[in-house]
Amino acid sequence: MFSRENPYFMHTNKRILVVTGHYGSGKTEFSVSLAMLLRKLDMTGGKRLAVVDLDVANPYFRSRERKELLRQNGIELIASFYDSEITAELPAISADVRKPMEDENCFVIVDVGGNDAGARVLGQFRRYFEGNHLFLTVVNANRPETRDLEGALFHLESIEAETGLKVDGIVDNCHLVMETTAETVKKGRRFCEKVSEASGIPIFCDCYPEALVNRSDLEGVSDHLMPLGMYMRESWLDK
Amino acid sequence: MTEKVLMKGNEAFAEAAIRGGSRYYFGYPITPQSEIPEFMSRELPKWGGAFVQAESELAAINMAYGAAASGGNVFISSSSPGIALMQEGLSFMCSAQVPIVILNVSRCGPGVGGIQPGQSDYNQVTRGGGNGDYRIPVFAPDCIQSAVDLIYEATDLSQKYRNPIMILADGMMGQMMEPVLLPEPKYVPTLEELPKARPWAVTGTKKGYRNVINSLYLKPEQLEVSVENIYEKYREAEKELVKYETSGLEDAEVVFVAFGTVARITREAIEILAAKGVKAGLIRPISLWPFPAEAFDHLSPKTKVVISTELSMGQMIDDVERSVSGRCPVRLIHRVGGIVPTSLEVVDHAMKILGEYK
Repeated sequence: MFSRENPYFMHTNKRILVVTGHYGSGKTEFSVSLAMLLRKLDMTGGKRLAVVDLDVANPYFRSRERKELLRQNGIELIASFYDSEITAELPAISADVRKPMEDENCFVIVDVGGNDAGARVLGQFRRYFEGNHLFLTVVNANRPETRDLEGALFHLESIEAETGLKVDGIVDNCHLVMETTAETVKKGRRFCEKVSEASGIPIFCDCYPEALVNRSDLEGVSDHLMPLGMYMRESWLDK
Repeated sequence: MTEKVLMKGNEAFAEAAIRGGSRYYFGYPITPQSEIPEFMSRELPKWGGAFVQAESELAAINMAYGAAASGGNVFISSSSPGIALMQEGLSFMCSAQVPIVILNVSRCGPGVGGIQPGQSDYNQVTRGGGNGDYRIPVFAPDCIQSAVDLIYEATDLSQKYRNPIMILADGMMGQMMEPVLLPEPKYVPTLEELPKARPWAVTGTKKGYRNVINSLYLKPEQLEVSVENIYEKYREAEKELVKYETSGLEDAEVVFVAFGTVARITREAIEILAAKGVKAGLIRPISLWPFPAEAFDHLSPKTKVVISTELSMGQMIDDVERSVSGRCPVRLIHRVGGIVPTSLEVVDHAMKILGEYK
């Protein structure tokens, strides 16, 4: 199952991975990429794999937009609301969200909405998390609010305060979308090391966009490199 | 700031407004731009500015009218139905020559419509939904950086023309993330400096005279003069504010006209067409009013058809037809309902249209 001891986060007793972070830190890309990777490497031991989209904060670019892609890869996508309300703005959570959380035979990646405000919805699921979960916060040092140590620490504290949950790991995802280079990733790692040292929270993994950065250029940067796809990004966004 | 930061469109728009000199924001939340009031409520006080959440868009535009008439740098934002509610205020402000910067992060309509992106506000923003003779210069960015740059310049422009200036960025742009370079903050006159910096503004009578700002003229002759006066500014704007980009017009068989998000999709479509051996060009209007009619003077005799690509039932196409003025046929590729076409969809449709003119 999910563990930072393994490059692909499996083989512990943790079944639920909760992914939080600032707006635009890359939670959704991380969640979708991880789910796809777990399937590709066949790491789930025949168990179910679900992505729960709990984003009630953003109207666009949510993991539910990739429902079909995920389904084709044997990943269930459970959105925080109802299928027919494609563009509804209701901050309502469908009861379906509880299904994978209750199912002992299901790995769950919970993609939570932006910021501490987006993470507030987690409160109601806390009883499923006890002993079963890893709570991660994605950090991107290129976001204005988390670009210095003070901002990043404040962000971690706000998420903990809002959810009442302890952050178990930092997902270092210091990207600049299409302008990300190996240097961006290395610089991000150095920043996250400082955040980790100051907060006492370990770095869970360091992400890099597979399409833009060669893994070989990141030699020695981290033992837990996580390749990210660009599943959420429309190609025309870069024209 | 010399380093790029990764920002969500709406946050970057708000930051650009503050750096461009805006200090007062009045608004009412509406998707897909609610991050802007959220950002302003948090950030404006740090700059000595003020944020007020109004009870409606009607209230917001009239608060904005008052603050701007008093010489404040006002920036407001909303999305399509909210902008519709603000039209009366905009007409009043044009008549009274009160500057303001207004951002429309547009969604699909009509009516409440949906929260997905749309461009069916084209007529609303370029023709004016308010009453009477007036014009509002409108600029349409196609990426977050260009939006930042346009918003940053808009405060000075609105003060220069003493007229509202509108930025039209669709919801897609408000919600997407891109790296941006933020410009240096501009100097903003202090309250004490206002009477000198804005001699027309209603800043109190201590200076020894009284300014009056209104849009009511009881004598027809006075009203006529007032309308003629503002149109003198608009004639200048038509010369000064025309902005557009073109590419590949020289030998294009087909020329697309697209603004905002759709311009980016069209650029990808043009690359795909090139791979198929079809030469395609692009005219991207940046100023929607004044519309860049002059761009169409660069059309090549080889061009068989001009295609207006829009997230509406065809609104800009009227301006395109007027500008092409019979030089070649003008056709439309469009999606509505909040659906953004893929570049392949644009290519397929364009190939069909081209087939008719081979």
